[in-house]
Order: sequence, then structure tokens, then C-alpha cells
Amino acid sequence: MQPIQLHWIDYTILLAYVVFILGIGWALARYMKSSRDFLTSSRSIPTWVTGLAFISANLGALELVGMAASGAKYGIATSHFYWVGAIPAMVFLAVFMMPFYYGSKARSTPEYLKMRFDQRVRFVNAFAFAVMTVATSGISMNALADLLHLLLGWKYSVSLWVCSVVVLLYVFKGGLTSAIYTEVLQFFLIVLGFAPVVWLGLEDVGGWSALKERLTGIASHPATLALGDKTFQSDAWTSAWKPLLAGSGNNPMGVDIFAMVFGLGFVLSFGYWCTNFLVVQRAMAAKNMTAARNTPLVAAIPKMLFPAIVILPGMIAVGLATLPNKEYRIPPPIISDANYSKAIDAVQNANPADMDAGVKAVHDALGAPIYSDKVSALITANAQHAETTEQIKAALYNSVAENDYNAVIPSLVQRYCPSGLLALALLALFASFMSGMAGNITAFNTVWTYDLYQGYIAPNKDDRHYFRMGQFVTVVGTLLSIVCAYFASHYSNAMDALQLVFGFVNAPIFATFLLGMFWKRTTGTGAFLGLIGGILTSVVFHALTLSVGDTPGIKGGYIQVVHTFQSDMAQAFWLASFAFSACFILTVLISLVTAQTKTDEELKGLVYSLTPKIKDHEQHFFLRPAVLGTILIIACVILNIIFW
Amino acid sequence: MGLDLRWPIGLMFTFFGALLTIYGVVTNSDPMYQLSLGKNINLIWGIVLLIFGGLMLIGAIRGSKAPPQA
Repeated sequence: MQPIQLHWIDYTILLAYVVFILGIGWALARYMKSSRDFLTSSRSIPTWVTGLAFISANLGALELVGMAASGAKYGIATSHFYWVGAIPAMVFLAVFMMPFYYGSKARSTPEYLKMRFDQRVRFVNAFAFAVMTVATSGISMNALADLLHLLLGWKYSVSLWVCSVVVLLYVFKGGLTSAIYTEVLQFFLIVLGFAPVVWLGLEDVGGWSALKERLTGIASHPATLALGDKTFQSDAWTSAWKPLLAGSGNNPMGVDIFAMVFGLGFVLSFGYWCTNFLVVQRAMAAKNMTAARNTPLVAAIPKMLFPAIVILPGMIAVGLATLPNKEYRIPPPIISDANYSKAIDAVQNANPADMDAGVKAVHDALGAPIYSDKVSALITANAQHAETTEQIKAALYNSVAENDYNAVIPSLVQRYCPSGLLALALLALFASFMSGMAGNITAFNTVWTYDLYQGYIAPNKDDRHYFRMGQFVTVVGTLLSIVCAYFASHYSNAMDALQLVFGFVNAPIFATFLLGMFWKRTTGTGAFLGLIGGILTSVVFHALTLSVGDTPGIKGGYIQVVHTFQSDMAQAFWLASFAFSACFILTVLISLVTAQTKTDEELKGLVYSLTPKIKDHEQHFFLRPAVLGTILIIACVILNIIFW
Repeated sequence: MGLDLRWPIGLMFTFFGALLTIYGVVTNSDPMYQLSLGKNINLIWGIVLLIFGGLMLIGAIRGSKAPPQA
């Protein structure tokens, strides 16, 4: 991909955006009087705002880019992350769990664990979470800086520092409120910036039914797009459930139905949406109990429709790539100019009489897998009438038999956006990364200040002290993220390993929260040892299993390969299922043999059976969380049936 | 918090909408619109943003006149 040139109109729009979000930070600065204002927004924000921020904070990380990549690789089945994963979990959070988070007056989810259990459980959760938020935002900033380099030719360090400093400024000024407000602004930018790209893409490929037809063809020849050498049923890219029901060998995700429904739909999704402080913090900032409970429900409405913006572009890209007259391919991984010029030499020096040697020389020069038929056609064409180096380079680009699916979104932006709209689409990318980063930073500074600093290092200071600490650690967190970004750009394997460890720690945590909230007999010791047992189960499970095509090592199986999965995704879903079950069973068993150290009075407001039921009668019927939740679940089922 | 979020959202999108609409009119029939399948996407989407921003502003104005909610 050649970098795109920006015009004055694009720069004007980008600059105006920065002015607006910084303006919000400054406008809110005068309301920041205490650590609660700064770190928890003093529970004052309306539902629609917290709801959209809830979505936007989560959307950050790598969702736009990553979900489009999955849309290309797996088709419509990617929607399971939304319609099986997110929505039911968000409804559960709203209806059943939010009353305890909000009602307990805890300032963070680790603090809830302290109130319900003890300092040990809180520490495991808070420490793992703090490290994770910093690393996640670093990984995400690294991805953004790479993307801007690819798309616009901007220098890596410049993008990294400029974006981080903008986020730092508005979070430093306006705290959580500023992060939440800008997240809402960013939510609208993401939707309104990408919608026209998706619209143009869909029209280009010939509409939804034409797209489905193209994808049906791809299912029986996935190798044409370097999607693997298997063949699938014709509906593998266009149905969400049928390929899944056919078994893990028959869908491109390589996942079986149990892993999908229990592993992803229950363990991982509920674990993320119901316990991850990054998202739950948004709901906890709402102005009252009803607003807090309705936050995830308001968020669920756009979340349900998001596949149209994030998954569809990936499917469109695959559809376009199958149409020769569209002259589109999913971009190959970045190959250096030096390798391209060596490969051009190899083409020019190749002898058409010895085609195998010529193709091999090109392959060696390029250093990437190639379609040999395309390269031999190129060699023949070049021998007949010498092609220009540009033509050869273009042909080589099209011969690389490997795809960089993360480049799908940038390639579509480049394909469809003239100046003007281009800035808007870029803003959607900026907004998604910045909202994710701000989300991580605000969650990090709260957990650091209240759970780690006040909890263990310096309790009993005056509020002014914690307010200052909150601001200080916002700067530290941002700097640490920048360090992580550089680290990720140099040692991507180390970052993969780190994310693996987060996976181990996060997989069982939902069992701890679930038992804590709904079984009053759960003891602190039971929860702590159960959680440790769950984490160890993850480690052992990983050491004993592997997925097809991987070698034992960081991908697992380094003790012994007891079971082989069809894909990494299936391995991750099963790992979570085992870790959750182990944590659940151990917590129950240990709780039964240890004494409860908390009295019923202490557990009031923290455990379901000891908390007065919330009466929603003063609410309008349709605004009661249980009713709204039911409507959402029904809508979700309907979507699953439509795309069955 | 004392800031109605509809103000900044409304102002920003109205501004972007106006900018894109004007740019779309000025650059109408520019060859760059081949990218967007021959549509003057700046004009079209500029109007969409103007409508969205305008609705937000109307909401903000009505909100500032009505007594604050309890």
C-alpha cells in the first residue's frame, strides 16, 4: 500500500477534533474537586452517556481492526462474539450483578471483592488488572502507530507520542468524567466515520445478496484467498450456526458448539463484561441505581448492531477479492522494498525454460509464500515483452500467498475515501484507539489509587492526597503504556506471552464473583484458593494441549500434548471452560470446610440472598431493567435466527 | 456534572458537516470521486452529519430551557 496524502481539509478536521476533545477536558476540570470526582465521577452521569461510554471504552483496543480481520477469516460466525458473547452477559450484569456493585458503594470491582471476601482476593484481581490495563493500552497504541505509518506514512514515534499526550491531557484535566464524555463523542465518530465506508463497500460488491453469493464460492475454495487448504460447506461464511453444528472440523473457526456456547458465551464473555472494571466502571459512574443498571442495557442496543460496522467490512473485503474486475486484494504482510527489488531482479533474470528455478528464485528473494502460477505467468509475460519495474512490483504484490487481515480496514479506507471523508474515517480509527486508551488509563488510575495505593501502601491519608495521586498516576500510567508500546513493537512475542498470562488469570475470575454474589456460604479462603486453583488449572491445561499446526512452546503443549484442538480459538475457549469449572468446584469445596468470617450483617448488600430485592415499580414498565433485558434477549435470539 | 454533552457533540458534528458539505460543493465533479463510486460522498455525508449535529443541538437547547431533571 502506498501512503495516502492528506489535504488541508483533512488536517482541518483532524485538528478540530483534537481541539474539541481537549476542550471537553478543560471544561470539566473545574468540577474536579476531590478524588471521587476525578476517579469515580462522583456518580453523577446520565444513563445514555454512561451507556455509550460503556461500549466505546470496550470498542477501543483492537476491535475495529480485529473484528474486520475475523469477519474476513470466519465470516458471519464472528457475530457470536456479539450475539452469544456480549449481549447476554451485558443483560446479566445489568439485571443481576449491578445492584451489588452499585449498592455496595464499592469504588471498583476489586474493592467489591475486598468487601465480600478479604484483601487477598482483592490483591490478585487488582494487581493483575493494573498490569493488564497498562499493557493493553500499550499494545493498542503500538497497533495504532503501525497503522498510521502504513496508511499515512507518519513516523511511528510521532503518532505514538501525539496520540498518547492528547489522551493524557484530557484525562488529566477532567478525570473519569472527561474520559466518559469523550468516549461518547468518539462513539458517534466511530459509527459515522465507518458507516459510509461500509456503505460504499457493500454497493461496490453488488449488495448483500451478491456478497453472500461470493462468500458461498469462497467456502469451497478458501485457498484462493490464502484462508487455508480445507474446504467447507457452502454456507461456512454466510451462516452463524449451521457450520458450527457441523463440528469443529467443518467451520473456519475450528470451534465446536460446546466451546462456543459455554467457553465463549458463558465463561469468557460473562467474565469480561461482568467483572472487568474497565467497562463496569462506566456503569458505576451513573447517577443512581436505575441509571447504573440501565447502562449496560443502553449499551447493548448499539452493540447488537455493531457487526454491521465491524464484521461486514471483512466480509466485503473477501467478496471484493474474489471479483477479478475490482482489482482488490487483501493486503499481504509488509515486505521491504529491498526484498521487492531483489524479487524484481529475480523475475527479470528468470529463464522461462526453467520455470521451477525462476519461481523458486522469486520466492527466496521475496521471503514470503507465493502463488507459483501467478509468478510463472509473470515470468512468461516479462519474457515476451519486458514489463516495467512498477508493473512487475504490482504483479508480485498480487502473487503473495499470505494475507494481513489487520490491514483490511485501512485498505478499504484507502480504496473508498476521497479527501474530506478520509479525515472522518481516520477520525473513526483515532477515536476507537483513544477511547480504548482513555478507558484503560482511567480504570488503571482508580485501581492503583484506591485498591493498591490506599489499600496496601498508604491508607488513612486525606482525600487531597489521593486526588493528587490519581492525577500523578494518570501520567505514570500513560508513560508506562508508551513504554509498553515500544516494547510491543520490538518484542511482539513477549507481548503475546503476557497476553497469554492475562488469559490464565482472567479465565476463572467469573466463578469467584458469581459464587461471591449468589452463595452466601462462600468464604474468603475458599474464594482465594479457588481462584489460585483456577489460574493453575489454566497453566496446566495450556501446557498439555496444542492446536493443529502449532509447535509445542508458547502456543502450549510444552509438557506433553494430551489433546490437539482444531484452532487456537478452540484451545482458548476450552481453557477458559476448564479454569472456570476448577475455580468454581474448588471454591465451593474449600468454602464448605472453612469457616465464614463475615457476619450476615456485613454481607448485606453484597450477597443476593441477604439483600432486599430492588422494586422497580416507580419506574415506567418499559424502563425496568428486567423488562428491557428480556426485550434485548429476544431481539438477540431473532438476530441469531435470521443469520442461522 | 454541569456540562450537557449534547453541546460539544452537536457543535462538532455541525462543524464537520458544514465543512464537508462546502468542500463537496466546491469539489463537485472532481476526479477523486471515482474512489467513492462516482458519488459526491462529501456532499452526501456532510448533509447527514449536519442533520445529526443539528438534532443534537436542538436537544441541547431544549435541555437548557427545561428545568433540570431531578
